[in-house]
Amino acid sequence: MTSQTAQETTQDTDSFVTPDGRTIGGVIMEMKNITLRFGGVVAIQDISFDIREGEIRAIIGPNGAGKSSMLNVISGFYVPQDGEVWYHGARRPRMRPYQVAEQGIARTFQNIALFDGMSVLDNIMTGRLTMMKSNMLQQALWFGKAEREENAHREQVEKVIDFLEIQNIRKTPVGRLPYGLKKRVELARALAAEPKLLLLDEPMAGMNVEEKEDMSRFILDVNDEFGTTIALIEHDMGVVMDLSDRVVVMDYGKKIGDGTPDEVRGNQAVIDAYLGVAHD
Amino acid sequence: MAKDQSAEGGLRSIPALLERNVKEFGGRPAYREKEFGIWQSWTWAEAADEINALAMGLLALGIERGDHVAIIGRNRPAHYWSMVAAQKCGAIPVPLYQDANAIEMEYVLEHSGARFIICGDQEQVDKVIEAQVRVQSAEHVLYVDKRGMRKYDHSRMNWYHDVQDEGRAGHARLEGELATRTAELDYDSTCVMLYTSGTTGKPKGVVLSNRNVIESARNSAEFDTLGAGEDVLAYLPMAWVGDYIFSVGQAYWTGFCVNCPESEDTMMTDLREIGPTYFFAPPRVFETLLTTVMIRMEDAGRLKKRLFDHFMAHARRVGPAILDGKPVSGGDKLKYRLGDLLVYGPLKNTLGFSRVRVGYTAGEAIGPEIFDFYRSLGINLKQLYGQTEATVFITVQPDGEVRPDTVGVPAPGVELRIDDTGEVFYRSPGTFVEYYKNPDSTASTKDPEGWVATGDAGFIEEDTGHLRIIDRAKDVGKMADGSMFAPKYVENKLKFYPNILEAVVHGAGRDMCTAFLNIDLNAVGNWAERNNISYASYQELAGHPQVMDMIQSHVEETNESVAQDPMLSGCQIHRFLVLHKELDADDGEMTRTRKVKRNVITDKFGDLIDALYTGKSEQYTETEVTYEDGRKGKIKATLEIRDARTFPTAHTQGVAAQ
Repeated sequence: MTSQTAQETTQDTDSFVTPDGRTIGGVIMEMKNITLRFGGVVAIQDISFDIREGEIRAIIGPNGAGKSSMLNVISGFYVPQDGEVWYHGARRPRMRPYQVAEQGIARTFQNIALFDGMSVLDNIMTGRLTMMKSNMLQQALWFGKAEREENAHREQVEKVIDFLEIQNIRKTPVGRLPYGLKKRVELARALAAEPKLLLLDEPMAGMNVEEKEDMSRFILDVNDEFGTTIALIEHDMGVVMDLSDRVVVMDYGKKIGDGTPDEVRGNQAVIDAYLGVAHD
Repeated sequence: MAKDQSAEGGLRSIPALLERNVKEFGGRPAYREKEFGIWQSWTWAEAADEINALAMGLLALGIERGDHVAIIGRNRPAHYWSMVAAQKCGAIPVPLYQDANAIEMEYVLEHSGARFIICGDQEQVDKVIEAQVRVQSAEHVLYVDKRGMRKYDHSRMNWYHDVQDEGRAGHARLEGELATRTAELDYDSTCVMLYTSGTTGKPKGVVLSNRNVIESARNSAEFDTLGAGEDVLAYLPMAWVGDYIFSVGQAYWTGFCVNCPESEDTMMTDLREIGPTYFFAPPRVFETLLTTVMIRMEDAGRLKKRLFDHFMAHARRVGPAILDGKPVSGGDKLKYRLGDLLVYGPLKNTLGFSRVRVGYTAGEAIGPEIFDFYRSLGINLKQLYGQTEATVFITVQPDGEVRPDTVGVPAPGVELRIDDTGEVFYRSPGTFVEYYKNPDSTASTKDPEGWVATGDAGFIEEDTGHLRIIDRAKDVGKMADGSMFAPKYVENKLKFYPNILEAVVHGAGRDMCTAFLNIDLNAVGNWAERNNISYASYQELAGHPQVMDMIQSHVEETNESVAQDPMLSGCQIHRFLVLHKELDADDGEMTRTRKVKRNVITDKFGDLIDALYTGKSEQYTETEVTYEDGRKGKIKATLEIRDARTFPTAHTQGVAAQ
């Protein structure tokens, strides 16, 4: 595969073109000096970093480093004691999860959070819940607006199903699916919300090599086809280095590295955190 | 369809048939494809518009008369349109197996010298690019599915729809040339080139003319009175001659509708939604369907299971007779009707066979038990015998004369001859023109008078005129004591058991028969789950003592049934083993159409064959395998070898091999 020659970097200092020809835009989200405490435990300590439009941003670190807490701060689920979250150039106030969703942020969970008794299709439809305007009565009567609306949403959902190649399990109850497919359904639900920023919490945990390859391809395709900005947490270093444009490394709640995969790989603090270091 | 509309009526090519269909059934559906969860359809007029746009686009890209256009992808309307568009330009479509790897693809691309390659999606494009490094002839690549293709070098690559748009934009400029080229096509110009699956070596390019395709389609459509109202499901590999005849030849001749599934994995659901009236499948598909039914019945409640067993026994007894219109007692008829209401009807509906008027199986011999199962349900399943070189049809079973052990009478227009060695020869309007760039093979297969050797041994029954195939002429042999050895006969009996996926029987020139078996992971896995047997891999399950016991009982039952046939009683399995890996086309053990390559298996597992014949009770072995991503690895295993009970030859009049 030959990639298109990288265009001249535009005048806009905020955006740049990656070696494989994708344009990375300006900063859409910025974390400023975030500190998060649970009682006496400091989960995140004074961390700052940004996420640029169109990039794949990874957060890595050993167990207990505070990665999932960080993702929960981004998604607005946790409210940090100190620090500010800036989204699209404005400081984000304390919000309820649905308000975050309405702002174009969708996520998947480390421990799959789907409705087991519902079909794959219905699960994915829930991803569009915030966009449904008809009221409960209209939906129950299935009349006029409600019907038109559901058809339109279904169309969008079908595009996601086609994209993730899960046509054959459309009507299968989620509870009957193997783990790898459940993960894919969760991604589908997040995509159905047409997010601008997609948060993935360990999308590859517990998968075999083949499933990991499939998932990597889907993540790249989502980023490429829809231009979705992606922030992901992942343990598999190989995957992180292959997928992401920039990586934040955390250890014991602190940021110990930030940069391109190559920069991070050569960072002594990162090597120590991962390989361990002799204590005196 | 009236006969006088044949060649004399100007219908000398597929594009000419398309034109007629637009005139006669312009508003009727020609193609359907399920996409985004909905069946999308195209009428003949719309399909013709799509085809014309693509053909003009190809002209704009510089396609020449006689160019080969490779088409690689699953069954989709766009791929069928590509074939017809190529024909309109005077070029020759060459459909390839979509699951072929880059090396196999390279051989065929090189051999055909294809200048244009139309790919279904990124996966195919990647393989083509890998092959293209060494294949010089390939100039333009088109792809249908845009996904993931944005970053590729597009200097010699185009999106299918962009090519169509270009064709539409330039129609005023290109229409004249296209009309000229289409008008030049005659009855003897090449219609399509199809590669054989290559059971015995490199695939050969079979050149078929318009005459071959159109006459075969016409004869067979008239034989089964197919009309414009039929629905077929196109799900078999496009590179296979069967799919070409059913989804293009017959569809264009009669004007019926071709339905394309949403994806390979949704075939069963799509089959049920469409409910085809005319259905075609290799034995493998029927075996798989039967296995699925049996697994689900194992999981069903007691009452349902008993109802099923009771009525299926009744159906086996009287079903085929009722289907053939033979006299059956009133009580039996009534009970069959009740069974239809309670069991057969719902089962057929689940399988998607409620509307099937004519069903065919071909490609390989089908086990009689499997065949009877479907017929007893009231599905008019018939056998036909054919080859790529014959444009499918050699013999066909007429309605009312269907038996599991014959392949029917010569198809309309086909002459049959059996030579002294027992090999079957035929001559027909469908007889292929030549093997592309291989005059030696052409000469050794087709004699100057047009007789073609099939490579199969068989005989014609004197009283009925039906042909009976014994086996591949090369495979039929003699055992050490001189009795006949027909491996496929025994293999098919073994494969009737849902637990057995594949069987390879050895015994030519030996004093006894032995077998390699593959378990069916679906069926055995399901059984293991019900019996609380845990396993980590295919290999572990295959070697489990309880699985071995179960397989042994299947082998012994098979022996008992083989012993009923005096001619083939010597083919009982004395010793067997269950292989540690599934036979796979990627490892070269099978063809892409899933036929076992015997010589490869004999070479590869030589140590295991020795162990079978030297009386060992276990054997250690290492086998190289190819993973899905092309890496190679080794599987090591110690396989248990078991003796099976054999039975004395019965002295009743038995049924010969099929």
